[in-house]
Amino acid sequence: MILQDSKTLLEVRGLCATVNGIEILKGIDLTVKSGEVHAIMGPNGSGKSTFAKALAGHAAYEITGGTVVFEGKNLFELAPEERARAGVFLAFQYPIEIAGVANSQFLRLTYNTVQAQRGKDELDPLEFDDFVREKMKLLEMNPDFLDRSVNEGFSGGEKKRNEILQMALLNPRLAILDETDSGLDIDALRIVSQGVNHLAKKDNAILLVTHYQRLLNYIVPDYVHVMEAGRIIKTGGKELALELEERGYDWVGAEHKAETRVAA
Amino acid sequence: MNTVTPIAASYLDSLLTGQPRPAVSPSAWLNTLRAAAVERVGVLTVPTTRDEEWRFTDISLPTKMSFHPVRAAINLQAADVERFYIAEAATRLVFVDGVYASQLFNIATDGVEVTNLAAGFAAHAAHLGQHVEFQNNVFAVLNTAFLHDGALVIVPRNVSVATPIHLLFIATQAEAVSYPRCLLLAKSGSAATVIEDYVSLQDEAYFTNAVTEIALADNARVNHVRVQRESMRAFHIANCAVSVAHAGRYQSVSVTLGARISRYDLNVLQAAEGAECAIDGLALITDRQLGDSHTCIDHAKPHGVSRQLHKCIVGGAAHAVFNGKIMVRPGAQRTDSSQSSRNLLLSDKAHVDTKPQLEIFADDVKCAHGATVGQLEGEEVFYLKSRGLSDATARNLLTYAFGAEVIDPIPVASLRHRLEQTVLAQTKRQP
Repeated sequence: MILQDSKTLLEVRGLCATVNGIEILKGIDLTVKSGEVHAIMGPNGSGKSTFAKALAGHAAYEITGGTVVFEGKNLFELAPEERARAGVFLAFQYPIEIAGVANSQFLRLTYNTVQAQRGKDELDPLEFDDFVREKMKLLEMNPDFLDRSVNEGFSGGEKKRNEILQMALLNPRLAILDETDSGLDIDALRIVSQGVNHLAKKDNAILLVTHYQRLLNYIVPDYVHVMEAGRIIKTGGKELALELEERGYDWVGAEHKAETRVAA
Repeated sequence: MNTVTPIAASYLDSLLTGQPRPAVSPSAWLNTLRAAAVERVGVLTVPTTRDEEWRFTDISLPTKMSFHPVRAAINLQAADVERFYIAEAATRLVFVDGVYASQLFNIATDGVEVTNLAAGFAAHAAHLGQHVEFQNNVFAVLNTAFLHDGALVIVPRNVSVATPIHLLFIATQAEAVSYPRCLLLAKSGSAATVIEDYVSLQDEAYFTNAVTEIALADNARVNHVRVQRESMRAFHIANCAVSVAHAGRYQSVSVTLGARISRYDLNVLQAAEGAECAIDGLALITDRQLGDSHTCIDHAKPHGVSRQLHKCIVGGAAHAVFNGKIMVRPGAQRTDSSQSSRNLLLSDKAHVDTKPQLEIFADDVKCAHGATVGQLEGEEVFYLKSRGLSDATARNLLTYAFGAEVIDPIPVASLRHRLEQTVLAQTKRQP
C-alpha cells in the first residue's frame, strides 16, 4: 500500500555490479518506502535476480558503482548476515538443501540468532515448536516438515513455502522474493501468496522479482518496474503488469530507446 | 613425494624378543596358534609406502618408538570410566590396556553369551585366526602372537538381543602396546548390535593393534558400530574380518576421531548367496592426524547386496586415506553393489587420497561407485548467512550436517547423540 508520510526503507542510486568481470547491473535507481509492494519484471537475463542477490550480499556479485542505503545505513558496509539481522530477507529462487540438519533445528537457530541480534528473547525448543507450528498453519504446511532435513526431498512448492515460513519467522523490514512463483502449481501459488499478503504490513516492504504477471494477480503491487540490460527502463502501476502480459517486453525496450533518442 | 624410510628389520624382533610374551597356555591349540604367528612374524616385514596397500600411509613414526605390553592392569573403578558407558548397553565388557577388567563387567540376561575369550576360548577356537587374513598381515599376526585374552560374543540361534553389547577398550598408559581381540559369532537367525569402542584416559602416545573377527551364520543380522576415539598421540592399527553366510546381513558404521596415525582394514566376505552388507564410515580428523580406512567387500556368491558410504572431514594439515575395494568373483551374478566416497576439506593443507577399486569378474551385475572431494559450497554458506548466521556458524552447521549423514543411522540414541556433539565440537575448533 502507498502511504502518506511513510519512511524510505531502501534507496538505490546508480547501482552497478559485475559477475566474473561482466557488467550485469548498469545503473539501477529505485526507492522503496515502508508499506509498499514493488514488482521487478523483465525478460530473462535482464539482471533481476542479480539485483536481488546483490542486495542480499552474495559474494559472486561485485559492486562497481552506486549506492544502496537501507534504513539510513550503507548496505554495502554490512556482511550478508548483518543485512539479514538488520531486516533484509531474500527468498531464494532455488533454496539450498541441507541433508543432515532437521528443519526445526535450522529454523530455531536462525530465529534465535536474529532475535538475539535484535535484542529480543530467544525461544527454547518447546516454545519455538508452538511458535513455528502456528506460523506453518498460515502456509498450510504439514508439521512433518519440521522433522525432515532442510529442503531435502521437498517439492518445488514445499521449498517455496519453507522460504516464506522463514520470512514469517525472521520478520524482515524488506523481503525480496526472487522468482517465488516459479515451479508453483496454482494451489501452491495461492497459498504462498496468501502467506506473503498476510505478512505485508505498514512498516515493511516487499520486492517481488518475477518473470510472469501471474503472481501479481495474487500479490498486488503498488509499483511495477521493467528491467532490461541491467537498468530499470519503465515504472508504472499494477496495470503495467497486465499490459506486459498482453504485449510482451519488446515494446517497452523500443519505447525506451525512442525516449532516450528524443532526450539526446 | 613418497619418501620411504627403511624400517629396521630388528623392529619386529624387538617387539617379539624384547617383550614378555604371554605365559604358555594350558590349551595346546592356543600355544600352536601363537607359535605359528611368531614363526610368521619372522618372515614378514613392516609395510612401507613402497607397498601398494600402504602407499599413502607412512607408519615409520611408531616403529621408531618403543612400546611394551602391559601385564599388570591399572585397577580402574567404575567411577573412573563411567563417562564412557553407553546407557542403552545392558551388556558390557571392559579391557584396560588390553587386559580384561572383570570388575567393570556388566551383563544382562537376554540370551547372549558375552565373556572374555580366556574364559570361553576352547569351545570356539576353530574361529580364531580363521577369518582375518593371517598369513601376510603383519599386524594381525603380531596380535595373534600376543593373543591371551579378548572379547567373545556368541549370539545363539534365533536369539535377537534387544540391547546393544558394549566392548570398551580403555588405554591408560604411555608407551604401552595392547592387542585387543574380539570374536563375534552370530548363529543362524540371530540378531545383535555390538559397539566396539576405543577410548583413552590420557593424552599419551601408545599403540593399539586390534583384531576383530565376526562370523554371521545363515539369516543372522549384526549391527556393528565401531568408534575409534583414541588419544590424539596414539597409534591405532586394526583389522576386522567379517564373513556373511546365506541371507545374512552385516551393517556397520565406523567412526574415526582419534589417534595420530590410524589404519583400519575391514574385509567383508559375502560367502554365500543373498548375503548383504552396508558398511559406512566417517573420519573426522584435524591437526597432523592421519586416518586411513581400507575396506574390501568380496562378493563370492550370487545375489549379494552391498552398500557403502564413506565420508572424511579433514581439517588442519590432516591426511585422510580411503581405499575401497569391491570384488565380484566369477559366478557372483546379480550382485548389486554401490559405493560412495565423499570428502570435505576444511583447510588448504588438508589432504585426502581416495581410491575406489572395482574388480568385477561376473557379467550380470550392478556396481555403482563415485568419489567427490571438495570444500563447502559457497551457495550453501550464503544461504545460511542470508538467514543471519555468521560465517563460522554457517560453516560449522554444514560440516556437522556432512558428518551427520553417517552418524544418524546408528541405532543407539545416546551414542549417536554423543557423536553428534563430538562432531559439533570438533567442527567448531576448525579455523
